[in-house]
Amino acid sequence: MTALTKRLNFDNFNGVDLVINVLRVVIIALVIIGSTRTIISGQYTAQQWVDLTISGLAQGSIYALIALGYTLVYGILLMINFAHGEIYMAGAFTTYFLAAAFSRSDFLNNFPWLAIPLLLIFSGLVSMTLAVLLERVAYRPLRGAPRLIPLITAIGASFFLQYTFRGLYGSSFKSYPNVDALDGSFTFGVFSISYTEVVVFVATFILMAGLYYLVEFTKLGKAMRAVSENKEVSTLMGIDIDRVIVFTFAIGGFLAGAAGVINGLYRPQGVNFFMGFIPGIKAFTAAVLGGIGNIVGAMVGGLFLGVIEAVGPNLILDGLGIPGANQLKDVIAFTMLVLILIFRPQGILGERLAEKKA
Amino acid sequence: MRKVLILSLLLGLVTALVPAAMAQPECDDAIGCVVLEEGDPIVIASALASSGAVAFLGEDSGGGIEIAIEERDGMLLDREIELVQEDSLCSAEGGQTAAQRIAADEEIIGMIGTNCSSAAQAALPIISDAGMVMISSSATSPALANPNTDEGGAYLPGFYRTAHNDLTQGAIAAQHMFEELGATTLATIHDGSPYADGLQIVASDTFAEMGGEVTFQGAVNIGDTDMSAILTEIASNPPDVLYFPIFEPEGNFIAAQSADTPGLEDTTLYGADGILIDSFPENTGDASLGMYFSGPVVSGEEYQAFLTQWEEVIGGVPPAGFHAHAYDGTRMLFMAIEEVATEGEDGTLVIGRQALRDALTAIEGFEGLTGSLTCSEFGDCATGEALGVFQITEAELNDGNWPPPVVWTPRDSMDDMEGEEMDMEATEEMEMEATEESDG
Repeated sequence: MTALTKRLNFDNFNGVDLVINVLRVVIIALVIIGSTRTIISGQYTAQQWVDLTISGLAQGSIYALIALGYTLVYGILLMINFAHGEIYMAGAFTTYFLAAAFSRSDFLNNFPWLAIPLLLIFSGLVSMTLAVLLERVAYRPLRGAPRLIPLITAIGASFFLQYTFRGLYGSSFKSYPNVDALDGSFTFGVFSISYTEVVVFVATFILMAGLYYLVEFTKLGKAMRAVSENKEVSTLMGIDIDRVIVFTFAIGGFLAGAAGVINGLYRPQGVNFFMGFIPGIKAFTAAVLGGIGNIVGAMVGGLFLGVIEAVGPNLILDGLGIPGANQLKDVIAFTMLVLILIFRPQGILGERLAEKKA
Repeated sequence: MRKVLILSLLLGLVTALVPAAMAQPECDDAIGCVVLEEGDPIVIASALASSGAVAFLGEDSGGGIEIAIEERDGMLLDREIELVQEDSLCSAEGGQTAAQRIAADEEIIGMIGTNCSSAAQAALPIISDAGMVMISSSATSPALANPNTDEGGAYLPGFYRTAHNDLTQGAIAAQHMFEELGATTLATIHDGSPYADGLQIVASDTFAEMGGEVTFQGAVNIGDTDMSAILTEIASNPPDVLYFPIFEPEGNFIAAQSADTPGLEDTTLYGADGILIDSFPENTGDASLGMYFSGPVVSGEEYQAFLTQWEEVIGGVPPAGFHAHAYDGTRMLFMAIEEVATEGEDGTLVIGRQALRDALTAIEGFEGLTGSLTCSEFGDCATGEALGVFQITEAELNDGNWPPPVVWTPRDSMDDMEGEEMDMEATEEMEMEATEESDG
């Protein structure tokens, strides 16, 4: 309440604040009006809302896993690794061939609970190797350069990886094989959740829990946190910064690669050299939404973005009578990003970076 | 001193150019000629989407061009064929850049491209100005063949395409849905591209004119993987037919996820030639079974032979549905060049640019893989008579059979009408072909 009166303090009145406050009111009003009208119209059943939310959470899990890579690297190096989407693609695309081979030999359908973790680990390792190589070749030589330079390098690396993989595997679309064991769903009354979605949630949870343990309770995690606090002092304390940075890239890469297989199980189609681009941008948005540099923030941001994307068009825009609401899905996602940047630059769970790091 | 230098340089340049100009054999063409000395190669260009999200389109058309060149051992009129490749992306900027680079090379006779209508609209004024011709394999926007700029038309002389005008394809799809499938409600999804949007507008309008009801017209974004939101919206008022004339992979996602969307169990899925590719059933899985597609009837022995050639020359299978169009377009261009080129006594070859355009416009009944091609005054060479509706069966899904059987052609509908002149023989042939396919 005090924060609100402080912001509305008319002594320090200026035009920008007014515009921003009006914007805030208008957006909140639009969201409320749109949602209310959709719900009143009763166009969708409760079951459909639940289905949408669950698929949003599953999609959000994948965003979150990729977002972790952005946030980990940012936390340590204060750089945005824009090639991270391509790291995800590399794992997903390479593992497709292994998955197809598993499927042909019936290994995938006979031992799905062995094959799926194997695929996850393989993909994770592919992405991890590539992420570490990328750091060594493209980013390490630029350490200490102005911050814009690694950023542009990352964009270049992103193109390089895309077209390298296009050269390797071609430009046509591939699909992950179907896993028979994942056909079907649990039903609770009128609600149901498919086995695939359960696998997505479980795998994501295990990976996230593993990461949380690693960062909070191991020596390496302690070193990572120390480096992210202050590089120079960490060096003085005997921490090998290069090693920590390599590990950070490796962990981020592993998560992205695993996310590639999880995505392949959940949305099997569309495996292509360009498949990392959009998820990369979405995951970056998720990382900023949650508060970039904050690990739990990336998880929350990813889930939040996934749900908003899935539910938003039908809930908010339909009610406002906007035609082609679904084409505006990305508009919702990126409007969220703009709103967060305006009203809460540190992100949902973020710390104030303004004074400390930026 | 400096002035003298510049002057003498200029003078030198003029004297160097004059003999060249004088040596030109008689060119009485209204917009100029391409003159090739003895031994000069015949240069054509391609401007395709070679990079970016739809790079598969460029690879697909590029392969068609390559095979058309390869099958004549790279020779035309006893000269080597040289192919200049430009990347026109799938955007206006890309089309403009590629066209400018091509127009700057006066030796280029014509180009195959672009893939996307947006790129074609930007490239056309430049190519047309340069006196060249462009033959597009996949730009289907009706605007490109419409000369009336007040209606948004973009046609300029020099434009040709072997791709079907959306007006034809969309209308045929709607006719099949309404008359043959007996659908009364239709929902459409496009992806914001002029191709998909154009098709769904034509199909919806035709469907509504016939007396059907269009319940939903929506769009997804290129790059979306989660289609549950739009499918849920459609399922809240389930239509008889869901028409999504888009590309891979969004088309795969829609088809696959519609199977998991409660309410869409009785909805018939319907696509267009953008996803009429042999990887579609494999990528989509069981959900593609029974799905319909409108598209050119590219089947029969010649097409199988083409696919064998593809396997040999390029490897694998074509990644999209427009390779045969590019192949036909390239062959049309070669045929027209052969027709208008005149050889001088000193071994020079003269190709009149207007004459080339006239020769292309005059093409009638050209037997291509995509059917019989007859160019209209405004560059539409695909007549639509070779369009048909396909349906995916078990054979395509599980045994790798491609293309799927043709279940309907516009001629089937004409059979029911009176007073229409028609070619019964062709219809029968097509039906026989369809039956053979489904048997095999």
